[in-house]
Amino acid sequence: MSTPQEGTSVNDHQSTTLGELAKTVRSKNAGTDRITFDIIFADKATYDHVRRSRTLTRQTVCELFGVSDDRITDFVEFDPAFAIKFTLKRLAASGGPGESDVFGCQQYPPLLSVRVPFPAGAPQPA
Amino acid sequence: MKEQLRIVSPNGHLGFAPTKEESFRLAVETRPDYYCADSGSDDIGATALGADRSVSMERWQRHDLELMLLASREQDVPMIIGSAGDCGSNSRVDLFVRMITELAAEHQLAPFKIAYFYSEVETSALRDLHTAGVRIEGLDDRSALTLEDIDATTRAVAVAGVHPFIKALELGADVIIGGRSSDCAVFAAPAIFEGFPEDHAYYAGKVLECASFCAEPYGAKESVIATITNDDVKVTAMAPWQRCTVASVAGHAMYERSNPYFEYFAGGMLDMTDCVYEQYDERTTRITGQRYVPVEGPITVKIEGSGRVGEKYLGVAGIRDPYTIAHIDKVIELSEGQVADEFSDVDYHLSFTVYGKNGVMGDLEPVKEINSHELGIVVEGIAETPELAGAVTVYATRQLFYARLPEVKGTAGTAAFVTDEVLPATTSYRWTMNHIVPVEDPMSLFDLHVVDVEAHA
Repeated sequence: MSTPQEGTSVNDHQSTTLGELAKTVRSKNAGTDRITFDIIFADKATYDHVRRSRTLTRQTVCELFGVSDDRITDFVEFDPAFAIKFTLKRLAASGGPGESDVFGCQQYPPLLSVRVPFPAGAPQPA
Repeated sequence: MKEQLRIVSPNGHLGFAPTKEESFRLAVETRPDYYCADSGSDDIGATALGADRSVSMERWQRHDLELMLLASREQDVPMIIGSAGDCGSNSRVDLFVRMITELAAEHQLAPFKIAYFYSEVETSALRDLHTAGVRIEGLDDRSALTLEDIDATTRAVAVAGVHPFIKALELGADVIIGGRSSDCAVFAAPAIFEGFPEDHAYYAGKVLECASFCAEPYGAKESVIATITNDDVKVTAMAPWQRCTVASVAGHAMYERSNPYFEYFAGGMLDMTDCVYEQYDERTTRITGQRYVPVEGPITVKIEGSGRVGEKYLGVAGIRDPYTIAHIDKVIELSEGQVADEFSDVDYHLSFTVYGKNGVMGDLEPVKEINSHELGIVVEGIAETPELAGAVTVYATRQLFYARLPEVKGTAGTAAFVTDEVLPATTSYRWTMNHIVPVEDPMSLFDLHVVDVEAHA
């Protein structure tokens, strides 16, 4: 392996990535005018840790995707599914002229490399 | 009244890919009360609705309808399909009705009653409403419908709630083929018709609409069954290797929705804020706490509209020269300028998708620098006629070939072509309507028919 890629293991002593911690990271059209993103964790402890780390918030989403806050229509912490979910407005409705992702399903990868600190006292990789 | 109602959903998008037969057979053995499936989506883009065609293969549509029809007729319980043939246009309803009739003849089925309804809305009717001062509100931050939106629309469908399905059941239908419909209405309608609470009826619809997408491990086109009582909904995976878990069922509430708590349809909204999920048995999750909130004031029905943009061609070019790659934005700007000069009297759309730079994510791409040693560019040209669309596209693509920046060493061509031609694509359509229209009578937009099907030798 050369340079770390999105989604590969890139643990250091202080932090890991969302791609390592999440069970599912996906994006998909929500209707014709929006794309919704789901980050789902396997257990409550991981979900709570990521929420408390504040590494995934409206503000960090804006910074990551280079959008202003008004592009985010919903930002939800969805306890029953141990999931963080947000939705972005599309600049143009799906499938029209200039479309590059008809289903909106390849917009999530930048989330994989978002850095999340390890919980205090947790075992850390050597 | 029944103590419980069991509805099987064999496929989350009937016909798109074939229903898996093993889990369907297991579902059939449990003798469900209804066989229901959604067959449509707006996820496929506006082309199917605009061009009035399916995106599913006819052989799979027939396969899935045959499985459901034979089981439901054998057990003498109703079968319900919503959003026939992907886009739910009138011709797609006729197609499914024809297939059902042919299958009945082929299998010599005893006579039965088929109900079908059309969902298409004439743009002239929308124009009349607009002229009469009815405000047709936009969804998802779209502004209210304008005459320009109506003029730009080739075909529009209203998205049915439970109303035409319930009416068809009241008329004694054994098979119902619906035009465009809310996914959840296909399943909620029979539960409401049978007297179960709307809270649980709509929740069952929400959880069943994508069939096994609410189960884990992931596997599409497998059957699931919802059991609805006066007190709860239980959802069970039928594939032996799948389970409906708290995580998989709760997770599905988020899928393809902006918000996991609220589901809107003609007549109201399903509020899932207080849902409680419990593992009921190994393959079943029980859900309580869902609430149906009826709409205040007149019922509003969602309208989807698709409008033709023009004929479309695609060109493909590869770039390997490092200097050209580093200045690709300039190269594209030059090409756009050349096309603008050459076709100054033509109405056209031109776009460049640059793989290796931001071809997939466009404006959302956080990686700004180009790290690739080569770029792939798809040039899309759209204009009124195929000749013009082809000319715009070939001219724009060839400008990439002729884009000689002063520092480029190669002087024989700056783009590599797979083929020195451009390729015709399907006519381009765009979504022109994602709006809601207020109606006095929710049946007024849906044209319901009931006929007897008798198999002829």
